[in-house]
Amino acid sequence: MAKSGNILFKNHNKQKGKRNLRDVLGLPYYIVVLVLILLPFLIMILYAFSSTSDGTFDITFSLSNFGKFFNEKTFINTMIESLYLAALSTIFTLLVGYPLAYFITKLSRRKQVLMIALVTSTMWVNMLLRANALKQIIDMISPSLMGSNFVIILGNVYMFLPFMVLPIYTVLAKLDVSLLESSADLGASSFKTMTKVVIPLSLSGVISGCMMVFLPAATTLVIPKYLGDGKRFMIGNLIENAVIQKHEYGYGAAISIVLGLILLFFMFLLKKTDKYDEVLDYEQ
Amino acid sequence: MAALIELKDVTKEFNGQVVLRGIDLVIEQNEFVTLLGPSGCGKTTTLRIIGGFIDPTSGEVLFDGKDILSVPSHKRPTNTVFQRYALFPHLDVYENVAFGLRVKGANIEQSKAISQLKKEYQETIKKMKNEVKQAKLELRSKGFDKEAYKEEIYKIDGDLYKKIEEVYNEKQEKIHHIKQTNLNKKDFEQLVNNKVTKYLKMVGLEGYERRSVSKLSGGQQQRVAIARALINEPKVLLLDEPLAALDLKLRQEMQYELKELQRSAGITFIFVTHDQEEALTMSDKIVVMNHGEIQQIGTPEDIYNEPINTFVAKFIGESNIIPGIMKDDLLVSFDGVDYVCVDKGFAKNEKVDIVIRPEDIDIVPLGKGILSGVVDSVAFKGVHYEIDVITKDRTFTIHTTDYQKEGTKVDIVFGPEDLHVMEEW
Repeated sequence: MAKSGNILFKNHNKQKGKRNLRDVLGLPYYIVVLVLILLPFLIMILYAFSSTSDGTFDITFSLSNFGKFFNEKTFINTMIESLYLAALSTIFTLLVGYPLAYFITKLSRRKQVLMIALVTSTMWVNMLLRANALKQIIDMISPSLMGSNFVIILGNVYMFLPFMVLPIYTVLAKLDVSLLESSADLGASSFKTMTKVVIPLSLSGVISGCMMVFLPAATTLVIPKYLGDGKRFMIGNLIENAVIQKHEYGYGAAISIVLGLILLFFMFLLKKTDKYDEVLDYEQ
Repeated sequence: MAALIELKDVTKEFNGQVVLRGIDLVIEQNEFVTLLGPSGCGKTTTLRIIGGFIDPTSGEVLFDGKDILSVPSHKRPTNTVFQRYALFPHLDVYENVAFGLRVKGANIEQSKAISQLKKEYQETIKKMKNEVKQAKLELRSKGFDKEAYKEEIYKIDGDLYKKIEEVYNEKQEKIHHIKQTNLNKKDFEQLVNNKVTKYLKMVGLEGYERRSVSKLSGGQQQRVAIARALINEPKVLLLDEPLAALDLKLRQEMQYELKELQRSAGITFIFVTHDQEEALTMSDKIVVMNHGEIQQIGTPEDIYNEPINTFVAKFIGESNIIPGIMKDDLLVSFDGVDYVCVDKGFAKNEKVDIVIRPEDIDIVPLGKGILSGVVDSVAFKGVHYEIDVITKDRTFTIHTTDYQKEGTKVDIVFGPEDLHVMEEW
């Protein structure tokens, strides 16, 4: 964008009109970024670093919110547990989602569309309803399971499976069949073709899928609320309590920022593992 | 020369549509065979059947006399250069070329030998046990008394165990011996490095080892694809229009290099193309195909000079095709005039087609040729002019280096050896 803008700027006046039009078309985007992303973010930072928590705008800089968080062991433990469960959920979603996406690409075109519609069909139903439905099923089968790691992870896998399947499917569907043929031609068994060609080339889809699952799974409110049986609290619930019940906006903001930074770090790590990033960029 | 690959009555249908019909083809060792035909003629399908990417609906594919249809593509002694190269985008040039070696692993020969030994061992044991069984049966029929019988059995069994132990030890020792020749990781890397360097050198890509394949030009990508296929030392290299994406100059260069490679490496090449010039330049044997059937098999000269039907004549170069009648051996008639020709073996008064290549017709001054006509059009083609001359009965297309003005009255001339008589098609 910036590059083409520059080039246009150097050109005749005639094209200046075009450039203006382009700026105007970008306006909604800028507004969204400013009002819905940047502004709330700034407010959050403001809250986190100020000592007022009674709602009046008497702002003094302080780190007390962060101090409070880092001094409270249960909160840190909850944070670690949330990340741990999110990581496990991501792994299990991947284990279910990758083979599923792979087998969908092996179907005929029409069946592929149908299968993708089926996989995403759970998203047509409200998340609260789905969580509630799962809760009732588990209550029916084995109530003692409620609140266990197994059920929390099951809930996450159920909720976020489409987010894993879709990006992996997209990458696998684009995979050139002749690459698989040439791999076989060069002597690779289908297993070797899988490990040496298919998986490396679909890594970018795996990574976006993992991000799409890990982020919401780490901060989810709904899953522990319905499947936690009142005894499981995750970081999302703690933030919710701090803000909605105790009106400790600064405290909630501080936890959010710490969580955000940790997640950012995880994203960075994930991105690092995608060594073929450049390759796929070129292909697109 | 021995037949390396044999296709027997190979037929392929896709959804009830026949794309190959009764293909019979023999390919010999060290041959450069070209499958030539317009798109959709089944030439690529034939290649893919040999490579093992699709199965024929019926028919046999023999390799060294053995049926290979049940052999999956990754176990066939063929390697393929794909039309769009199909290089692995996530690997650099070096790793692309090394791929074949790596998937086979360091000690393929050894593990093959070991599994062979184990098989032999199992068979020997089985044979020995059978012999013992037989011996016991014979013993029973000899009618020993109980004690003596038991003793004999005991002796036989003892012998058997001793023998089994011997064979087992022998086998273990052999396996141990083979395992000692196993390469460790470092040696294998060295071997891979040597081979990759050798083949990159062969295709002229030294110094490109760590380049990403997406940053190579079409010609370079094609060379990588060839090196990658050759490193497995296949007996047959299958090439699916590998030069189609290259510009003319590069294509001619690669044609020459491929031919050189085929000669020096002693590999059978099966080459698919729709470019007749390419086929004529490179091949030892051309297989002309159309509508899923083989039209003609022969050397480039045969195909060009003696096309078997009008399709081949039209597809291989330009030609004037004239319907006529074979009056007798060495005598053909068209447009009401008899001409002496060099063909024979047709029935008397059989309807035939006569092919005259445009470069075989000469334009001479009025009154000095066989037929008179008027120059209708002149087109400059680089090396030659393409001139259409309208005579009383038809238009002749002529290739000549001499310019003629449009509207000039001229004569044309051709000799008996320029008339190629074919069965009517």
